[in-house]
Amino acid sequence: MSTTTPGNPLILRPVRGARRRRIVSRSFDVVFTLATLLAVAVLLWVIVSVVIKGASALNWRLLTSDPKISPFGQNTGGIANAIVGSAILIAIASAIAIPIGILVALFMTEFASAKVSAVERFLLDILAGVPEIVVGVFIFGVLVVGSHQSGWAGAIALSILEIPTVARSAQEVLVLVPDALREAGLALGLRRWRIVLRIVLPTALGGLLTGAVLGVARVTGETASLLLTTSVFSNNGLTVNPSQPLPNIPVEILTLSESPKPSDHAQAWAASLVLIAFVLLLSVIARAIHERSRAKLRG
Amino acid sequence: MITTPPPPEVSGHSPFAVRVKLSDRLGERGLKVLTGLAALVTAALIVWIAYTVFDRASPAIGKFGLAFIGHKVWNPVVGHFGAASFLYGTAVSSALALLVATPLAVAISIYLTELAPNFLRIPMGILVELLAAIPSVILGLWGILVFGPILGNHIEPFLKSFLGWLPLFSGSPSSYGMLNAALILTIMILPIITSVTREVLQRTPTASKEAALALGATRWEMIRMVVLPTARPGIVGAVLLGFGRGIGEAVAVSMVIGNQPQIKASFFQPMATMAGQIADEFSSANPGTWQSSLIYLAAILLIFSALANIAARLVVRHTTVK
Repeated sequence: MSTTTPGNPLILRPVRGARRRRIVSRSFDVVFTLATLLAVAVLLWVIVSVVIKGASALNWRLLTSDPKISPFGQNTGGIANAIVGSAILIAIASAIAIPIGILVALFMTEFASAKVSAVERFLLDILAGVPEIVVGVFIFGVLVVGSHQSGWAGAIALSILEIPTVARSAQEVLVLVPDALREAGLALGLRRWRIVLRIVLPTALGGLLTGAVLGVARVTGETASLLLTTSVFSNNGLTVNPSQPLPNIPVEILTLSESPKPSDHAQAWAASLVLIAFVLLLSVIARAIHERSRAKLRG
Repeated sequence: MITTPPPPEVSGHSPFAVRVKLSDRLGERGLKVLTGLAALVTAALIVWIAYTVFDRASPAIGKFGLAFIGHKVWNPVVGHFGAASFLYGTAVSSALALLVATPLAVAISIYLTELAPNFLRIPMGILVELLAAIPSVILGLWGILVFGPILGNHIEPFLKSFLGWLPLFSGSPSSYGMLNAALILTIMILPIITSVTREVLQRTPTASKEAALALGATRWEMIRMVVLPTARPGIVGAVLLGFGRGIGEAVAVSMVIGNQPQIKASFFQPMATMAGQIADEFSSANPGTWQSSLIYLAAILLIFSALANIAARLVVRHTTVK
């Protein structure tokens, strides 16, 4: 309670402790700002480390030639085979996961009742929460046991990790398509599937693209499941046949990081630079498409 | 007597019915079935994953039973397998990571929703989210070659000089170990907890916030009395999600934790986690008890991460319904 002088009730005085409270509030402002700066600093620290250490080891030869192991066990060649392998794995995984993910999202927004849709959403969340290494064990148990490691096994493992990402972001954008558009289609006598194909999907295209890019970004750096499905290679050369184990960048980085040789570490940094540049580029692209398509849908 | 006229001869269909084209009939059915199948696939996958993992683990489950969880020894040479040290490693590394990440995430979320000037809000938010985009194997590499040496040579000796009387910070500092793994995990779960917390904070009604300010509350008091209480269940959900993500991380953790199946009080010591052990040892494990014991670890992991995720969704949904 403020102590105003009797007889002078209109003089406003600061409440007791106001100064202290303001200082406390300001200090918390500082704490919150510092926390954010810390997170950004860690991000920059990691990225700058990768860029500096990676750039000094990165050259054309590294990107374009296959490994050549010298008699001293040193790789004097490059990591072209891992780049190609990763590209194939991601392409196959996305060819499986993007259509399935979008179909799941269409099921949730266009065909299922609210209840079924909520259940499906829940299932997607559970699937997204399955640890990568467990997905690796699963594919190992289904495709590798009794056969051998292969690009297919790795790609399918990746696709399992990619589906929830694609489906959830597709669902989020399909929900934003105005019902008025669907109703306009119905009023014109269009069938539901034509409305979906001709009106809903084109309207939501930008958002679907975002989901697809996010899905690719999600699995580009994925290592754990590949470790169990495509990590043991019979030769060091280029392999493009997915029924053989495909060398890939994440597993390559992991292997190089376990070596005691500084030259291997340098190559690991260079491979990391390639990987992180690709992932960050995808994230930025996804973000740009996302903002643009949201703005369009919201009018 | 009125005789009803015979019904008019119907030739095929009524004049008002539109003839449904074959392509429409097929398309309508086709798309519905296709989307339904895709949805079924996700449900089936969950069941199939659980079945396969438990099936592959069954030799070890049959041999060790639930005692597996309480046993500390992990010795492939003599065929003794127990999960206790990995459970400990997983629990401690995730708990430590949550302990650091949660306050940070809440602070960042408050900054992004309440404090940041408009022109910084979006770019700062993007930067924090980008942390999640760094592949775990790169964080692991950074943890080994950049962060590890700094931790072992500077941070841990510093902690030891102040807190060395605690068993947690005793022993010789090392660049590989529990602390390194926990801090790398912190970096990985921070963006997850932040993005959920931020979403929850954004849902605080502006009217309530303005009411608090109008009553003379400072910004911090408004945050403490209005924003945080409303957001508390959502933050709990966010932490559960972070926990689920943290216990499942295999590669980055196995790169920096040292992979020693042991239970030590000191955070400087190398230890091992369930997920990390699978990543580290799977390729060398012979089919048989060794391999199925590793898969037993995966089964335990699957149960815990599913529980964490389900709990998180229930908590978060509970708040959104309100």
